[in-house]
Amino acid sequence: MTDALRFRHVVYRNYRVWRKLLYASLVGNLVDPLFWLVGLGFGLGSLLPTVGGMPYLQFLGTGMVCYGVMYSTSFEALWSAFARLKQQRTWEGILHAPMTVTDIVVGEWVWAALKGTLSGVAILSVMTVLGLVRSPSAFLALPVIVLTGLAFAGIALIVTAVARTYDHFVYYFTLFITPMMLVSGVFFPTAQLPPAVQAVAQVLPLSHATQLVRGLVLGRPVAGAAGHLLALFLIGLMGICVARWLVARRLR
Amino acid sequence: MLGATVLTVRNLHKKFADLEVVRGVSFEVKAGECYGLLGPNGAGKTTTLRCCLGLTAPDAGEIRLDSLPVPARAREARARVGVVPQFDNLDPDFTVRENLAIFGRYFGLSRGSVAARVPYLLEYAGLVEKADAPIEALSGGMKRRLTIARALVNDPRVLFLDEPTTGLDPQARHVVWERLKRLLAEGRTIILTTHFMDEAQRLCNRVAIMDHGAFIAEAPPHSLIEREIEPVVIEVYGEGVADWFDAHAKRLAARAELSGDTAFCYCRDPEPLLATLSGHPDLRVLRRSANLEDVFLKLTGRDLRD
Repeated sequence: MTDALRFRHVVYRNYRVWRKLLYASLVGNLVDPLFWLVGLGFGLGSLLPTVGGMPYLQFLGTGMVCYGVMYSTSFEALWSAFARLKQQRTWEGILHAPMTVTDIVVGEWVWAALKGTLSGVAILSVMTVLGLVRSPSAFLALPVIVLTGLAFAGIALIVTAVARTYDHFVYYFTLFITPMMLVSGVFFPTAQLPPAVQAVAQVLPLSHATQLVRGLVLGRPVAGAAGHLLALFLIGLMGICVARWLVARRLR
Repeated sequence: MLGATVLTVRNLHKKFADLEVVRGVSFEVKAGECYGLLGPNGAGKTTTLRCCLGLTAPDAGEIRLDSLPVPARAREARARVGVVPQFDNLDPDFTVRENLAIFGRYFGLSRGSVAARVPYLLEYAGLVEKADAPIEALSGGMKRRLTIARALVNDPRVLFLDEPTTGLDPQARHVVWERLKRLLAEGRTIILTTHFMDEAQRLCNRVAIMDHGAFIAEAPPHSLIEREIEPVVIEVYGEGVADWFDAHAKRLAARAELSGDTAFCYCRDPEPLLATLSGHPDLRVLRRSANLEDVFLKLTGRDLRD
């Protein structure tokens, strides 16, 4: 195969490690969101009328798909990738073979996005079983999920490339991921927020993802869909380019 | 038999921030040779090695590895060489066997051709029994042997080893030396860094002594000893050595140094000096041949390097 696909060796390496922990990983991907959906959805949902023009369980489920992608992808591209960069010196070892920094960083980017995709698809499957998916256009959510994974993987790899210890990731999660989760329409509609917060929320990657996925799963048109797609694409592309540059500088 | 040139380095310079780590290094290595880069910590050995592999871009100079220009075509060059790093970077997420198999994949080798090579590599590393053990279950010596075996996954003609026996116990070091000699006997080329002079003397056809980023000597170990230093060393230690040193050593030895409470006297003819010791029963004496370590200390000094 061609040189451009050398990153697949890194994806394969990570896949082989993941396969060893397959069951633990699937429990995390399937059971965890199931508890959230059942707990929050039925519990809180029974107290609420429709939210955003739909039953709360549907609103929450579609939000959880995007949240799951973000969470799994970020975790992989932060903690796991950092272990391979620093503690385990795995990347250093790979560079002793005929591989480049670009091969490694792109491999990690794709792998982290794949793990996020798996999470998103798992939650979508749970929703399907619970009868919450309303339209065949839900299949089109898959490319959006992949794109969301690539966007979050790109940003997380930048953080990993500059991190000195695992503690740095706490800043990223506390100051970026958690507030984003709260203002991007995962648990409640962004319309509930003050206008200034809404304005900020609109440009966050998780907002783009929830609006697209919610529309596709429920079969409703999404206003500005092309803009959301382009935003996710550009965030991912910017992320991988900057991360590649930073990692090359760090490992030289 | 030495053959064609496999590595050429000309006027290599490398700076990190404001510190010039490598300052105009030039050397050549022939096929089948074992070439040693010697030097104290911080001399620039590892940086020189990393430049040769294209892992660090030099600021100036020309490098050709197996006739490929580096760093321009470093990736292709690395496909033909093996690398043993100073710090173990075996993959702790995998077993011994998987480490070899996965590393082969990075070279683009097919699953089948790697699988066919793994038994040979396990045997070479003496790890057949440990094939399915996790990395954390290996001793330091086993890890090092596995790292060397891993570097052979692509059957390279040239190997780069950065301090291959640092941190190993004497038994493990001897096993590693025996394995490296096997590779040399197979006609492979080895380029290594070390600060163990006995290691260099045992393995290397030629050594370069490096300090403060530059070569200060380059020759086969025995000719370096002949050229740089007197053939006999008398070491004297014990209480009152300083007085004896001032009275006799300075006068009778070709060169003498007092380090702590040990006098090192380098002589062509040690008999007159030894005669003066008969009046000092409390001083202990060791007579030995000069070795590479003496050359090293003469050229780089006895000061600590950190």
